[in-house]
Amino acid sequence: MAFEYDKYIRGGKLPHIWCPGCGHGIVMKGLIRAIDTLGLEKNNTAIVSGIGCASRLPGYMDFCTLHTAHGRAAAFATGVKMAKPEMNVILIGGDGDGTAIGGNHFIHACRRNIDMTYIIMNNNIYGMTGGQFSPCTPTGAKASTTPYGNPDPAFDIAKLAIGAGATFVARGTAYHANQIDKLIVEAVQHKGFSVVEILDDCPTTYGRRNKFKSVIEMMNRLKDIAVPVKAAEKMTPEQLQGKVLTGVLYKEEKPEYISEYAKVIERASKG
Amino acid sequence: MAKKVAFLQGNEAAAQGALYAGCNFFAGYPITPSTEVAEVLSAELPKRSGKFIQMEDEIGAMAAVIGASLTGAKVLTATSGPGLSLKQELIGYACIAEVPVVIINVMRGGPSTGMPTGPSQSDVMAARWGTHGDHAAICLVPASVQELFEETVRAFNLAEKYRMPVFVMPDEIVGHMRERIVFPEPGELEVISRTAPSVPPEEYKPYDTRFGDVPPLASFGSGYRFHVTGLNKAEDGFPTTKAALVQAEEERQLRKVTANIDDIVTFEEYLLDDAEVAVVAFGSTSRSARFAVNELRKEGVKAGLFRIRTFWPFPDKQIAALGARVKAIITPEMNLGMCTSEVKRCVEGKAPVHGIFRVDGEPINPGQIAQKIREVL
Ligand SMILES: Cc1ncc(C[n+]2csc(CCOP(=O)(O)OP(=O)(O)O)c2C)c(N)n1
Repeated sequence: MAFEYDKYIRGGKLPHIWCPGCGHGIVMKGLIRAIDTLGLEKNNTAIVSGIGCASRLPGYMDFCTLHTAHGRAAAFATGVKMAKPEMNVILIGGDGDGTAIGGNHFIHACRRNIDMTYIIMNNNIYGMTGGQFSPCTPTGAKASTTPYGNPDPAFDIAKLAIGAGATFVARGTAYHANQIDKLIVEAVQHKGFSVVEILDDCPTTYGRRNKFKSVIEMMNRLKDIAVPVKAAEKMTPEQLQGKVLTGVLYKEEKPEYISEYAKVIERASKG
Repeated sequence: MAKKVAFLQGNEAAAQGALYAGCNFFAGYPITPSTEVAEVLSAELPKRSGKFIQMEDEIGAMAAVIGASLTGAKVLTATSGPGLSLKQELIGYACIAEVPVVIINVMRGGPSTGMPTGPSQSDVMAARWGTHGDHAAICLVPASVQELFEETVRAFNLAEKYRMPVFVMPDEIVGHMRERIVFPEPGELEVISRTAPSVPPEEYKPYDTRFGDVPPLASFGSGYRFHVTGLNKAEDGFPTTKAALVQAEEERQLRKVTANIDDIVTFEEYLLDDAEVAVVAFGSTSRSARFAVNELRKEGVKAGLFRIRTFWPFPDKQIAALGARVKAIITPEMNLGMCTSEVKRCVEGKAPVHGIFRVDGEPINPGQIAQKIREVL
């Protein structure tokens, strides 16, 4: 039987705003399957986003949903989770939202290791504002504000998250749709701050400008560059040139923030 | 039993007032001269199972308090000038999404880093117009340690009652002065909490105007699922660009304050009955003004004081009436004329308004005010 997505979608809120060929919808379906597998209670789950195409996702989902300001999802979510630790908190955003304007909140959320999952849809571009370059746009690529090619070096979101102290970091792609839910399930089950980067594409503002002939061609690129971490172990540096690793990239057990704060409360009450 | 009495700093009293009002969540980022509020709450909140978090910056702090408030917590952040500037985008978010939050802003010199330990009263316009767009504002300007306690309680009440951000803005002198304070007993001061929905979850809409201009607010995790956004929204909380809906929503949000001016605006009239000249002042400056008025009365000069306690909404009505019956108004303030321009607006030329402006980090002293009164009479 086909999976029943409707159960988790808000009646009357579709169609979504995403363009044909955009990967964000694939990620939303993956998230829904993950939530179903995990059995997360709708009333007890908050989905928090910033601003951007990706950040419109919570509006379609039948949960406690919070569409905040550009870049601030992690900070809003920190308030939600700290004030009500029994809630499951899932953050959603684009690469620009998370690593440019929200970069500071992102690295500090990683450092605190508060028990939440952050799904970043990395389409290498600012989609909503029409294709300006983001901190994840590849050097040399065309964007509406880099007409001569992007001079900026790009962030590697996963490395950034690991460096900042996130205790679970995974990467998938919109092409590998069946893996997305599995990565999210593992991320949510992990106690601590987990980051799931999903590479997806923006045919409208990135593809056209960078000479991709079709959505299929963009999708095929995702297929070609992705190398599962296990497979990568057996590959030479030359073979790994231009590839990106997918799967669970990092996992570590470290004290979680809410549990640590519970100890603060205990010490203070004894005071 | 005798009431508890203490000798406290203004900022410490503000923290105690927050606890009295039921504050159980604080997020902030340190900045002089507001830090003592955070310091006291970092010690006191966990004793009561409340939460304190020092965020990475003021934007993060503002975001965290809004997030926490949506779970039903009573939330506070404290800051000063540059921190207030950083918070502004999200203060606008709290306005449009109608989320109760209290912001204590201890006023230092500005703009920019200005004078970190110098007093000023120059953030009052930032409280009114700092965030972009049309929105209502409530800003309380206490003048003593006792009042800072009580006004912080009132700020929580107003935030909860009207579902909006509320500012408490002591100047640095009030924030840092030490005075005797008598703690109210529990129950002595009113403590208000937001109205929870009475409808079943399927029928709940977070901006349901059937319940008036301030619709009930459910909490995340309480069985109600709803959407919150900073976009213009319809009454179900989802974005809309329908002209009529957006216009009506924006007007309702202003009306929460304009239709309740008399519930919100507080002021004090001192020796104004027969006054020929009135001083209009707020915060620590109003203490110098009171001293000056008392001195002049001894000399037979008919001077009086109108003390602004709620800066926004501005006491328009009362000041207009004052302007119609005195020969002159003096407006001393630690900025370059923010209150003066409001007073002139209200008085509409019926009485001359003479400002005394200081931004040099020195308080306005009674002698300066008395001299000005003598000059104009
Ligand atoms: C303070 C602020 N600055 C700028 C913007 C404009 N803005 C809206 S979305 C966006 C970029 C979104 O890009 P990304 O986060 O990568 O998500 P995408 O749209 O690609 O999914 C920007 C710059 C804003 N809303 N707020």
